[in-house]
Amino acid sequence: MNVIHFMLRNHTQVLELSLEHLWLVGLSTAFAILIGVPLGIVIAHRPRFNKPVLAGANIIQTIPSLALFGFLLPVPWLGSRSDRLAILALTLYALLPIIRNTYTGICGVDSAVIEAARGMGLTESQMLFQVELPLAASVILSGVRIAVVISVGLATIAAAIGAGGLGEFIFRGLAMVDDRVILAGAIPAAVLALAADVGVGVIERRLRPR
Amino acid sequence: MPAASEAPVIEFRDVSYTVSGTQVIANLNLRVDRGETLVLLGRSGSGKTTTLKLINRLVSPTSGQVLVNGNPTAQGDVIQLRRGIGYVIQEVGLFPHFTVERNVAIVPKIEGWTSERIQPRVQELLKLVGLPAELASRYPHQLSGGQRQRVGFARALAADPEILLMDEPFGALDPLTRDELQREFLALQQRLNKTVVFVTHDLREALRLGSRIALMEAGKLVTVLTPHEFLKSTDRWAAAYVKAFGDGLEAAANRGTS
Repeated sequence: MNVIHFMLRNHTQVLELSLEHLWLVGLSTAFAILIGVPLGIVIAHRPRFNKPVLAGANIIQTIPSLALFGFLLPVPWLGSRSDRLAILALTLYALLPIIRNTYTGICGVDSAVIEAARGMGLTESQMLFQVELPLAASVILSGVRIAVVISVGLATIAAAIGAGGLGEFIFRGLAMVDDRVILAGAIPAAVLALAADVGVGVIERRLRPR
Repeated sequence: MPAASEAPVIEFRDVSYTVSGTQVIANLNLRVDRGETLVLLGRSGSGKTTTLKLINRLVSPTSGQVLVNGNPTAQGDVIQLRRGIGYVIQEVGLFPHFTVERNVAIVPKIEGWTSERIQPRVQELLKLVGLPAELASRYPHQLSGGQRQRVGFARALAADPEILLMDEPFGALDPLTRDELQREFLALQQRLNKTVVFVTHDLREALRLGSRIALMEAGKLVTVLTPHEFLKSTDRWAAAYVKAFGDGLEAAANRGTS
């Protein structure tokens, strides 16, 4: 019996775990955007915060993912629900590309456009929403795209702490020394990563300034 | 008391500007009268652009006062100040993600004009600066350099500001387009009668466009002269300028009309 047969026979579970996987990635990416984009905006406007914030996000990225899941286990409210914990860890990992690309995108806006906008009397928030964010949007989104692709891969580790997702198949397959079960987790994860990459890429291109 | 001449639209009172230990502007005293085109002439680093930016408070004086219509710019709302002053820069700085029409409409829009009022105003402005109406739906990257600067000029005029600040607006254009735009600027200025402060390092442009020329050197105002006075001036810096630019300046001072 090959992988395809195995997946077909267990298609409800494949679907269920894929949805769980998507849930982990989707929610953590949403949180990372909510935190990362404002942080990126702040450090683009206040250069003295840029080193500490980027360094912090960098350090988080260097923590091995299994270790980070482990570190977070004793945290009271989080440790009691493994999916919360997984979402927090994935959010932390997704922060760096989103912060950095928001920062790069905003700093990359033509200084003449900024000067003209300021000279015309746009307020800070008008500058942000009408000039900086629209012009940085495609760069910010390419950061989101990187974050999503990383998260889809990382989320497989979440199964190690019982948070579910396609990692369940992978860990089970490892324990059973059964390639088919490993692949039943790995293939849908790869498909999800590719689909997310293409999907966000399409939006990104649409937002690219002319 | 003698009949007071009209109060200046812009006035610098003993303005200095220092940034990280370097004095960029030193004790500047200058008046700009209603309806005149005052040209700030000087070489790179002479402080002419900084002087311009002191007017719309993109730069704030370290000491002294800048007054616009008698009010110190340091007090009052900087946003309102800037919306009442048109600003044109060499790089134009059109919003690349806005069409020509939306670019021209920026200030009216943020000032809360209705679209019924904005639409005809944009059409009127495009006509005024010599652009065909069908350009309204184009994006800046689809325009030539000269067209972009015309849009920049239209944008600065959109809310009908009393004051126009122009920072080497024609500096990046080819000679033919520059000549064309200078000529149109003169014709427009005769109709609109704005109070214009115009920065350039090009003496020919200064003589042609300015009603008075303020010569700056190393952060100091050297002298303020009319174009004809400038040509005859014995001032060291003014004479150096005239010498550097050579022949044919008279024609420029006569505005190329004679």
